[in-house]
Formats: sequence, C-alpha cells, structure tokens
Amino acid sequence: MTATRRRSTGTRPRRPVWEERPNPVGQGLKAVLLTLLVAGVLVPLWVILVTSLSSRETIADAGGLVVVPKGIDISAYRTILAGGAVTRALWISTLVTVCGTVIALTVTVLAAYGLSRPGTVGHRWLLAYFLIPFLVYPPLVPRYLVVTGLGLKDTVWALVLPPAISVFNLVVVRGFFQGIPQELLDSARIDGASDFRTLGRIVLPLSRAVIAVVGLFYAVSYWNVWFDALLFIDRNDMYPIQRVLQSYLLAGQAPHTSGGTAGVTMPPTEAIKMAVVVLTVAPIVAVYPFVQRHFVKGVLIGAVKG
Amino acid sequence: MSEPTVLVGPERARPDAPAPPARAPRRRRVPLGARLRRDWQLLVMVAPGFGILLVFSYLPIAGNVIAFQDYNPYLGDNPWQAFTHSNWIGFGQFQLLFDDPAFWDAFRNTLAITVFQLVFFFPLPIVLAVMLHNLLSSRLRGLVQTVVYLPHFFSWVLVVTFFVAMLGGAGLLAQTMRDAGMQPWNVMTDPDTFIVLVTVEAVWKDVGWGTIVFLAALSTIDQSLYEAAAADGAGRWRRLWHITLPGLRPVIVLLLILRLGDALSVGFEQFLLQRDAVGRQAAEVLDTFVYHFSIATGNYGYGAAAGLFKAVVGLVLILAANRVAHLLGERGIYSRS
Repeated sequence: MTATRRRSTGTRPRRPVWEERPNPVGQGLKAVLLTLLVAGVLVPLWVILVTSLSSRETIADAGGLVVVPKGIDISAYRTILAGGAVTRALWISTLVTVCGTVIALTVTVLAAYGLSRPGTVGHRWLLAYFLIPFLVYPPLVPRYLVVTGLGLKDTVWALVLPPAISVFNLVVVRGFFQGIPQELLDSARIDGASDFRTLGRIVLPLSRAVIAVVGLFYAVSYWNVWFDALLFIDRNDMYPIQRVLQSYLLAGQAPHTSGGTAGVTMPPTEAIKMAVVVLTVAPIVAVYPFVQRHFVKGVLIGAVKG
Repeated sequence: MSEPTVLVGPERARPDAPAPPARAPRRRRVPLGARLRRDWQLLVMVAPGFGILLVFSYLPIAGNVIAFQDYNPYLGDNPWQAFTHSNWIGFGQFQLLFDDPAFWDAFRNTLAITVFQLVFFFPLPIVLAVMLHNLLSSRLRGLVQTVVYLPHFFSWVLVVTFFVAMLGGAGLLAQTMRDAGMQPWNVMTDPDTFIVLVTVEAVWKDVGWGTIVFLAALSTIDQSLYEAAAADGAGRWRRLWHITLPGLRPVIVLLLILRLGDALSVGFEQFLLQRDAVGRQAAEVLDTFVYHFSIATGNYGYGAAAGLFKAVVGLVLILAANRVAHLLGERGIYSRS
C-alpha cells in the first residue's frame, strides 16, 4: 500500500469548475460499491489468517472459521513447518520459482532485444514466429507427449522449461526496449560496443521497471503452477505447494505432517489447513506491493503495442 | 550523425522511424552476408526463445496430427516410436467424437458459460474503470487499485479454496446460516447455480485486473472534450455516452475479439478443480473433456481430436471476429503496420 502514493497519470486534484456538483445518492452508491469490492477481497484473507492463528478452543467456539481473533497460537505453523509434505512442497515451489524466473527473464529479455530492431536479418519472419503462439496455444495431449517423451516427467524441468517464454511478456519487454532513445544505442555502436554489451550496459539499467513487472508475472506463474504439476509430477515428494494445497483442502486428504510430533497434541486441523493457505498466499502478498506501482506503466505499453 | 555509422556497419532502421514501404527495392541493397555479419549477435540472443517455442509450442502443434491416428502409447519405448508405429485412421476419431453425447454436453456448457460471462462479466471492468477514473482522491484510487488487482495473482487453487472457505459446506456462510437456525446451503456443490458461481469467482479474481487497460485508455481521452460538452449543456450521462464510451471503443472491440477467439475456453483449472464437487453434467467444459478423455484414460488420439477441433474453431472465430472489426472500421488485432 505504501507503493501507491504517487501516481503520475491523470491526477486531478480538484473537480473542474464546469462539472456539476456531485449527486449525494450517486456518491453514496459508489462508496458502498467500492467498499464492498475491497471488503470482498480483504475479508476472506482476514478470516483465513485469523483462523490459522487460532487455538483449538477459539475455533470450536466459532464453529469452524474465526472472524474475531482471540489470542495468537502459532502451533499450526510450527507443525507444518517442522518437516513433512508442506515444508518439502514449499522448498520445491521456491526452487521452481527462483530457477524459472531467472531462466524465463533471461530468455525473454534476450529475445525481446533481438527482436527490437526492425531491418535486421529475418526480422519479419522471426517476429511472426514469436507472435503466432499468442493465438495458437500448444494443445494439451501433444504437449503432454512431448514433455514426457523428452524424459522430463518427475523433474522440475517439466515445470520450469515449457513456460519459460510468454509471448505477452515478450511483447511488453520489446515495446519497452523500442521506447529507448535510439541515439543512446547508436552512440554505443559508434564506440564499438557489441550488441551484448549494449544490452547489458545501456538497455538493462534503463529497464528496471519493466523487468520488475515481467519478473513478477513470471514468478507468480511459477509459484502458482498447479496443472502442469498434475500432468508431469507423479511422485508426491516432488509436489509443488499448489498441488499440496489442492489435495489437502479441495480433495480432502489429511495433511500428513512429520512423524516427529507423535505424542504431542496436534493443533486443530482447521488451523493447519488455513496455515497452508496463508503460506501459499504470503509470498505473493509480500512481493506484490513493491512491484504494483509499475503496473500501469509496464502493462500499458504492452497493451498499446500488442 | 549518419557518417560514422557507416564505418561501423550498414545502418539499421530505427524502431521509431516510419517503416519503409514493404518490399521496396532498397531492402535488398545490403548483401545477406554483410547483414549476417552485422546482426549475428541479435540472432544468437533470439535463439534460446526460438528453441523453447520450437520444442514446447510448435512441436506440440505439429503433434496435433495424432488426432488422425489410432495412437497407441504402448507401441515402442517412447512417444516418438509410438507415433511412428501407430495406424493412420483418417477422421475416425472425429466421427466418434461427434457421436459422443458427453462431448456435446461439454460443448453446450462451454458456450453457455461464455455467453453468460460475456453478458455479466465483460462489462464490469469497464464500469469499475470509469468509477475509479472519476474518483477525485488519487490516494483512495491507488488504495482501491492495490486491493482489487491482488486476486489476479492468486492461483485458481487458492481462489477455489477461498470460495470453499467462505461459501462451502463448512464455510462461513453455512456457519452463519446454521447459527441463524437455517438449513445451510452449500453453493460449492450446487449444479443449478454453478454457472453463477464460476462467474462470481472469475469476477472476484479478475475484475480489478481487467480495469488496467480501460484506465489506460481513459487517461488518453482529451479532457477538453468534456469541458466543451459541459459548456454545451451535456450532463454527466450524456458525456459518458458521447465521449467516454467512444474513447474506449477500440479497446472494447479488441478485448471482445480476443474473448470471442477464446469462446471455447472458459478457464481450465477453475473447472477441473470444481468438476468433481459439482458433477460432470454441469461442470464439464471442452478443456476438461479433453483432459478426462485422453490423459486421464490413455485415449490420446481421441483427446487430441477434441483439442484440435477446439483449436480450429477458436482460430476461425478469432479471424472472423477480426474481419468483422475491420469491416466496422476498427483496428482489430493484427493490423499492425
């Protein structure tokens, strides 16, 4: 929330003189609608957070989910983070997200720069080649056969490599690169800089905002990977977190936590379930505010060019 | 400025300069060898992305041909051998497909959900964007935007989990209804209201995100138009109708085309996650049909046929919609110069 203060586009501090006075009914309706919308997002997050931090008695009193917190009990987190399926899944997801984002950003930035100069060898053909997958998606069954045929099944590569370039992100980055003043690149060439040097020394330092946005897009999509894990990951000790979340909360399997806690009273299952949800949401909510202020700029460029 | 560049190499066109007329003779002036020597680094940069798309997009697209095979995954040691050993059967899979009532159920569900969401979901981001744009306080607007963009970044597993927690059998709604002495209503397993449920979920996840492109378009509308219209006596609603909506029209048309091209896909993970709770009858859509009748059962050729049918219809729809947009004088998607 701290990131949203300064907004350069369309700031109109005062109502223009020619506009009629606001109608109180309309204003009230608007306020109610916006409040409902914001509450609709925040209330579920709140209830889940509070329930994950509640003790057995509080949950029993409330009859399930807790809306009003009564004390803080972190035993649910202690249980699931003590090793076992959830801990492992969090590590796998972290690995997939970090590797995937680094690889995808590298591939995308290189391709975007390589495609940002009209008039180079084969430019039109290459551009068409990169844009067609935006309209024609790889079909499910052959994609499954290709990935399994390459022997990627039950490896993190099955989750990391296929989505390592998204045409949308490519278009966004390319649009940004094309907005960089050509004189800068020309002068680098005159000084004898190679294209790789120009990209690394001049273009990238100017592109932090768009890299942040596209990096967030990639990171989120890797963190959220679920269906590809359903397709390609059969070993349940290699499940990413979304797969674990789905099997515990939606398919209703009991979270088998580490055996070391035998004899210790288990925290309430409701709290454990909600703690898994909180741990799945937490990285997104933690990173999102820092990148959010770049959205309008970054996405706008892609939208206009695309 | 242009003299020294000649020393370095033939000048590249500038991205911001107007494109030279296509196939003009001067494109041929620089020999291919010189251009390769000049541009090889750029080609190297493009190579990794080229390779990934080749393997994970183009190869699967070519793999659609197994829709015309009686593909047997157990022939040979790997999918490639299975492919070369399987029999070609022409349109046999498609005949089976078009005789399959389950396929037509999925088809009908998909179309019904698309139409429903076109009516009840598509306009909402426009309304919200206009509301946000007219907020005077930019602090408040930023705050609302921060909150409503957030759900876009949640996975469908999370979104469905949230809805189960709020509206499911053990959820907050059922809890409240029980406390009030009512029979709890489990929205999450009710096939009759499923179409509303999935739309509400989609709205919850993406209504905020959908406003971004409209907000961008709104900020490009010339403010003096509003002033002039107001001076001529146009009220709030007339200005909305005659200035704001025409300003948004290109974006609306573009998004409509894209949505129409996707008419046969309505959110795969969302439906796969809820299909078992609600039942096949209401929750099977084409994408989940492909999954359940191929990978889940090993009948790959059949699933590939269903997938290919869907892809071809989607491509025809998007090209047709784009054509219509051009006829109506809009820019459409690929009229780039």
